[in-house]
Amino acid sequence: MTELNLVQAINHALRDAMRNDPDVYLLGEDIGVNGGVFRATEGLFKEFGADRVIDTPLSETGIIGAAVGMALYGLKPVAEIQFMDFIYPAFDQIVSELAKFRYRSGGLYPCHVVIRSPYGGGIRGGLYHSQSTEAFFCHTAGLKVVVPSTPADARGLLLSAIDDPDPVLFLEPKRIYRSLTGEVREGAERIPLGRARIAREGSDVSLFAYGAMVPTALEAADALSKDGVSAEVVDLRSLVPLDEAAVVASVEKTGRAVVVHEAARFCGFGAELTSVLSEKAFFSLKAPVARVTGYDTPFPYALENLYLPNPDRIAYAAKNALRAG
Amino acid sequence: MVRPAEKAVSTPEPEATSYPEEGLLDDYRLMALARVADERCFMLQRQGRIGFYAPLMGQEAAQVGAARALSPKDWVFPAYREMAIALARGISLKAIFDQLLGNADDTIKGRQMPNHFGSVETRFVVASSPIGTQITQAVGAAMAAQRRKDPIVTISFFGDGATSSNDFHAGLNFAGVYQAPSIFLCQNNQWAISMPRQRQTRSATLAEKADAYGIPGVQVDGNDIRAVYRAVRDARRRAVGGGGPTLIEAVVYRLGPHSTSDDPKRYRTDEEVSAAKERDPVARLTSELIASGRWTDEADRKLWDEVRAHVAHTFEASEKVAPIDPLSLFDDVFAELTPRLAEQRAEFESRLREGEQRP
Repeated sequence: MTELNLVQAINHALRDAMRNDPDVYLLGEDIGVNGGVFRATEGLFKEFGADRVIDTPLSETGIIGAAVGMALYGLKPVAEIQFMDFIYPAFDQIVSELAKFRYRSGGLYPCHVVIRSPYGGGIRGGLYHSQSTEAFFCHTAGLKVVVPSTPADARGLLLSAIDDPDPVLFLEPKRIYRSLTGEVREGAERIPLGRARIAREGSDVSLFAYGAMVPTALEAADALSKDGVSAEVVDLRSLVPLDEAAVVASVEKTGRAVVVHEAARFCGFGAELTSVLSEKAFFSLKAPVARVTGYDTPFPYALENLYLPNPDRIAYAAKNALRAG
Repeated sequence: MVRPAEKAVSTPEPEATSYPEEGLLDDYRLMALARVADERCFMLQRQGRIGFYAPLMGQEAAQVGAARALSPKDWVFPAYREMAIALARGISLKAIFDQLLGNADDTIKGRQMPNHFGSVETRFVVASSPIGTQITQAVGAAMAAQRRKDPIVTISFFGDGATSSNDFHAGLNFAGVYQAPSIFLCQNNQWAISMPRQRQTRSATLAEKADAYGIPGVQVDGNDIRAVYRAVRDARRRAVGGGGPTLIEAVVYRLGPHSTSDDPKRYRTDEEVSAAKERDPVARLTSELIASGRWTDEADRKLWDEVRAHVAHTFEASEKVAPIDPLSLFDDVFAELTPRLAEQRAEFESRLREGEQRP
């Protein structure tokens, strides 16, 4: 067991994956000599060299297009997009190519690619260094979307993503890259994709969150417990595939649900989660499902703390749900 | 309009490359097969027997010449107008027709519109419809080959329109930076649907765009199978030897419409098309073969009759293949069904059984 923060856990997972499998390659902007702008790839260039830790020209479509080609050829590239806000030049390669290659070729040409990208607010990054646009990608058939919230999960999920024969978008909550540390087992253990984690057990209300919103939801649960409310916190970990069974089981127990995410509310991932509960847990619900999310505005700079869900907003929504039934 | 002479923008080749003349009749047969199949597909769409078709008429020499210069282990990243190179790489006409029909024998399981055939054995990657995206992918595959020290090249096929795309720029740029063993074969057929070549770029040639990426660029007469062969062969030798990528502009003319949904009379004149037909690569080779005494009128008539019969017969065989299994709808989204897909598949299957939703 080693005490690591989240970005260190990612760094070690990449290092170990590369040590264990010569087909794993990294490519992205500033990931080599510089070790990545968040230092996620620190030390890897030195250990594995320029051929395996590939510093690329500044072109996201080039990075993902090249990663697709490398994967078709049989390698396992892990591409970094420096900020999720800059992923859109590669949207065509991700949505039309990467996500569809296996399907469009009748299974002849699968695409073993991981895209890592820091996402989310809380770092005073304004519009273009803060967004959470996972819903675009969750809506695309053929892509898996994974979001860790702890150092141990970051390692176990990233190793699973690198093993996975399908494309995985691995979204890293940069706001908590260094803010919390945790025990990480540095072995080969994987955390399977598609399994949620009960971050805290409770009986009155379920708080569903992922990534940087998990610690926020846990803070809300702490505050609620002081007021005698027992909140369960479900860390989804993987948005696609979604652990619907865990989501439904939690609400069957608590009867109330609050869905939390940083992304804007309209057509956000919470809308899907709310639909799942409406379809599969309707008769367990004692109150309407509440959503605590970013507002339907572009991501603000000066007002980001008011835009992002915080423990107060989550606790308020949970108490409303308790009052409703 | 174009400069059909070979133009080496960069380093001239030290070794002279010449086309293997012993293969000329085989290549001519392939070009005839592509031409007849192409005409047949166009007619089949008009008869409602296939849904769509994008003809390659006028690009046979460019494709067959390029194919001749490649090795079986090279990887081809085509666009959707590459039937001649598919045939030359060894994809059977039956497989192509099965793809056009999306029947139970279609290797890509009815997943795409016509013209998106491919196979693993021939290293002919299944194309998509967005323009230019295969260019960066071909470079990525070349970077992979480079890392595995495989002495092969990747080659992407695209048109004049694609030189305006993001991926053309990104792909040539990456290939230049990494000296990736990738060949960019632009079939400049003068028209991107209704937009003429002059409206894609102010550049005098497409080949000269290579200069900006620090890589060789060559313009060749794409109606001349030998010229295309030489350019690809030279580029291949340079790439395998560690000399990096090459952009080749094969100047051709799209004799047909963009697709069966297009009416070229809206944007180009009959005179222009008639003039281009004078340079038809297939007719040009027929005349040359006969004039040289290597081929006779009679042998030629016999060849075309045989090819027509083969094409008709093959299509009939494809038409007899069963339709695709409806349950295959859910396969290949991922390697394994997710719980969500398994649930939808079960629901779909029970509806099929109840006859509520006929296949």
